[in-house]
Amino acid sequence: MANLTINGKQIIVPDGVTILDAARRNDIYIPTLCDDPRLEPHGGCRLCLIQVKGMPRPVTACTTPVTEGMEIETTNEQIERQRRTIVELLLSDHPNDCMICDKAGDCTLQELAYFYDIRSNRFVGERRQYTKKDQNPFIERDMEKCILCGKCVRVCDEIQGLGAIDVAGRGFTAKVSPAFEKDLNCEFCGQCVSICPTGALMGKQSVGKGRQKDVKEVETVCTYCGCGCNVTLHVSRNEVVRVTSRPDTINEGWLCVKGRFGYSFINIPARLTTPLIKKDGKFVPASWDEALDLIAEKLGAIKEKHGPDAIGGLSSARCTNEENYLFQKFIRAGIGTNNVDHCARY
Amino acid sequence: MNKDVSIKVCMGTGGIAAGGVEVMSTFEKALASVGIKAAVQKNCSMHKVGCRGFCARDVLVDVIIDGTKSTYQYIKPDMVERIVQEHVVGGAPIGDWLVTDDYHTFHDKQVKVVLSDCGEVDPEDIDSYLGRGGYEAVKKVLTTMTPQETIDVIKASGLRGRGGAGFPTAVKWDMAIKATGPKKYLICNADEGDPGAFMDRSVVEGNPHAVIEGMIIGAYAIGAPHGYVYIRAEYPLAVERLHLAIKQAKERGYLGKNILGKGLDFMIKVKLGAGAFVCGEETALIASIEGKRGQPKAKPPFPVQKGLWGYPTIINNVETLANVPYIIRKGASWYAAMGTEKSKGTKVFALTGKILNSGLIEVPMGIPLKEVIYDIGGGIENGKKLKAVQTGGPSGGCIPANMVDTTLDYESLSKVGSIMGSGGMVVLDETDCMVNVAKYFLQFTQSESCGKCIPCRVGTKRLLEILTRITEGKGREGDIELLESLAADVKTSSLCGLGQSAPNPVLSTIRYYRDEYEAHIYEKRCPAGVCKDLLSYSILEEFCKGCTACTRVCPAGAIIGEKKKPHKIIQDICIKCGACFETCKFKAIKKG
Ligand SMILES: Cc1cc2nc3c(=O)[nH]c(=O)nc-3n(C[C@H](O)[C@H](O)[C@H](O)COP(=O)(O)O)c2cc1C
Ligand code: SF4
Ligand code: SF4
Ligand code: SF4
Ligand code: FES
Repeated sequence: MANLTINGKQIIVPDGVTILDAARRNDIYIPTLCDDPRLEPHGGCRLCLIQVKGMPRPVTACTTPVTEGMEIETTNEQIERQRRTIVELLLSDHPNDCMICDKAGDCTLQELAYFYDIRSNRFVGERRQYTKKDQNPFIERDMEKCILCGKCVRVCDEIQGLGAIDVAGRGFTAKVSPAFEKDLNCEFCGQCVSICPTGALMGKQSVGKGRQKDVKEVETVCTYCGCGCNVTLHVSRNEVVRVTSRPDTINEGWLCVKGRFGYSFINIPARLTTPLIKKDGKFVPASWDEALDLIAEKLGAIKEKHGPDAIGGLSSARCTNEENYLFQKFIRAGIGTNNVDHCARY
Repeated sequence: MNKDVSIKVCMGTGGIAAGGVEVMSTFEKALASVGIKAAVQKNCSMHKVGCRGFCARDVLVDVIIDGTKSTYQYIKPDMVERIVQEHVVGGAPIGDWLVTDDYHTFHDKQVKVVLSDCGEVDPEDIDSYLGRGGYEAVKKVLTTMTPQETIDVIKASGLRGRGGAGFPTAVKWDMAIKATGPKKYLICNADEGDPGAFMDRSVVEGNPHAVIEGMIIGAYAIGAPHGYVYIRAEYPLAVERLHLAIKQAKERGYLGKNILGKGLDFMIKVKLGAGAFVCGEETALIASIEGKRGQPKAKPPFPVQKGLWGYPTIINNVETLANVPYIIRKGASWYAAMGTEKSKGTKVFALTGKILNSGLIEVPMGIPLKEVIYDIGGGIENGKKLKAVQTGGPSGGCIPANMVDTTLDYESLSKVGSIMGSGGMVVLDETDCMVNVAKYFLQFTQSESCGKCIPCRVGTKRLLEILTRITEGKGREGDIELLESLAADVKTSSLCGLGQSAPNPVLSTIRYYRDEYEAHIYEKRCPAGVCKDLLSYSILEEFCKGCTACTRVCPAGAIIGEKKKPHKIIQDICIKCGACFETCKFKAIKKG
């Protein structure tokens, strides 16, 4: 354990954690744009610069490990001036269109601009302007809004193991890009979308469907596979408009393409919302009671006539463990046969 | 007649550019043809030698007859025949073509350590280096010294890193010897990205074996079995000679397994860089060797803790390493006797700009700038006045003319707001605009920023924009203060040395030439007459003879007037190229 002081407050943290970690554990706020505790430290945005007593220049809290006896100052006039300059510089190269941006209200850059009260900008100048929009099916990439925090690049490499994107070019117009500036053609897991602090990366299906403040969040479990990733459905005007996952879940907030983007079926008119019973050669909507009664009646009749082994049950990996447990229980104990299986096997 | 004749042709990049290859082949042919008649061929040898510093006079050729050396300058292939006939055969040097006195003053105040064998040895022949004491230092170290003793000698010599920061080499090596782990790496940094710099290039081209020898000694000292030279692909000749030298050193047992039978294993790989300035920064260089994007990382961990592929790594500059064999051979006290208290030895500079004798020079640390400019450099071109000297390239600053007494050592340079850097030295005269100079360097650093951190990527862009508008006559009140404030923030908040030092040229020119900035902003005037948008050319009627010379050279057709009557420039058409100004014999054209 290391003893240190942050802003005069004495704290004890485990050896080897970063100064940013130490501050977070003690509810001391340090602004960040490029840090994510789930990724390797980057040290690119420079917002987390803090002063350590005895060091000649400010250091980044996100990359510097604590050492015994460190005396840290997370804020002072010079540090705040630098942070403000950094936010101002970012805004000087950012489209000023928060009013129509899907990310508004959920954007770290916007929040920083608000807290630093940046109304006018000393550095108005050339902005990066890119016309090309990416034709890929899932991810809207608006690189004019990108602040080059490098989170998407790192998540794709470190978490997804894919390396589908990297920074290309140098100087002012350095840009996050797939190889040869082609359209994105990757796994479309959307981890990058989930981690982008600005409106540079958005799910294409979500654009224009409602911003964060208008959304009702519904916690649930992804039904695509037995992994059981936790998902949060974002519901706006009675429509699921986006799927995210919280970092404090079993899946640490990461999803696959199905969980993240495969939700449009929910709102498709052809989707069945009630049971159907075939009457006179045609499917007719029925209530659950009606349908279950019919099934019970038919299964009972088959069992009576041919014995329980004439019946078999197949269930689905898209059901939860609990549902699958109940299903095999029903087949084995209720029907009385071992003819039960599902796509991921019991 | 059985003379011992040796001809040395300067074959550095400058020499080759000036036609060294043709000069050399013409010599070969001419000697062969007289050889049949005069039979001088037997003792005659031809050498390619590397850069000898005086690039302005290329192609330089030494003709050595029985030990007497005569040096010719500006030699073209068609001059060779006469040299062979009159000098080699006839024994009479051609006086008019020999180097003049200033060739000797150019060399007199120089003290050559790193460059001592450049221009003397044939860089493509290991025997030539061995003949001048090459690899003696490796033998000495391997047979008589422990690694710690080797480091102690370097410590006593006071050698500091020549790559820019001037970090004591022995301290670095000491940290590496203490680092433990299954592997260690020694990397020679030959990226040399500063615009206009060619020090390291000349050393590798002129004497690659010295760099290799320095690396072997370093590897022995820190216990690193693997070495890399990271060199930019734009240096094809240096790369070629380096490969050849490594091959030769390996054949002779100076590289590879069990070197000289003393149990040391060391091999060097060459890694080509793609010419990014930022890849000279240690952590970016390591990333580049690992095949990643050349982008710096936050330190700690330092390379000596966790470097290439995660192993302890030491990175040294070419010149630093090339000093090492000489220090080992001649001793620490010999080296430490040169220079000042804290800056020992010599430093190589690439002297360029408005100087008479431009070229590669090596001077003892602590030499007054004045002596470099006037004695070695021969003063300012075209009799103009010295305005300032820029050192340290895009990370450095300017030393104004009234401070030419400043001595060249790490401490004095930083005191006046500049840096030693890797050895770029650009001489500026009264026709150089300091705002424009700052703009030039910012253009470079901005386009070379890796883009990882915001203050550097966007900050240098904004600094450049402000400088640009000042030179375009669109400067605003408050711009100087804005530059100062932004420059300070970029310096303190950038991640790597590139961003941290990029504002230096701005801050240093504001510090010494604030009045020039003010003239641009408030009077819309460029005192040096450089910034086109602030210039206008007009004809002074009282001097104009109506000779029409200007009308004829003006590419825009902006000058009207009848013969023998005063002419006039139509301002809307004038493109400010200055052709009329250069042409008028009667000083009738006013610039301003
Ligand atoms: C942007 C940048 C560019 C650099 N370029 C070079 C270079 O081209 N050559 C070099 O030797 N050092 C360069 N350096 C310095 C190196 O990072 C490093 O300090 C040096 O190679 C260490 O060697 P030394 O101790 O022998 O000087 C550069 C540093 C920065 C920040
Ligand atoms: S969607 Fe997934 S795979 Fe594609 S770029 Fe983003 S993180 Fe990488
Ligand atoms: S796209 Fe988003 S996550 Fe990626 S670098 Fe830009 S701002 Fe960061
Ligand atoms: S200071 Fe510039 S070059 Fe260095 S890491 Fe930051 S953006 Fe890259
Ligand atoms: S959070 Fe530390 S530099 Fe971005």
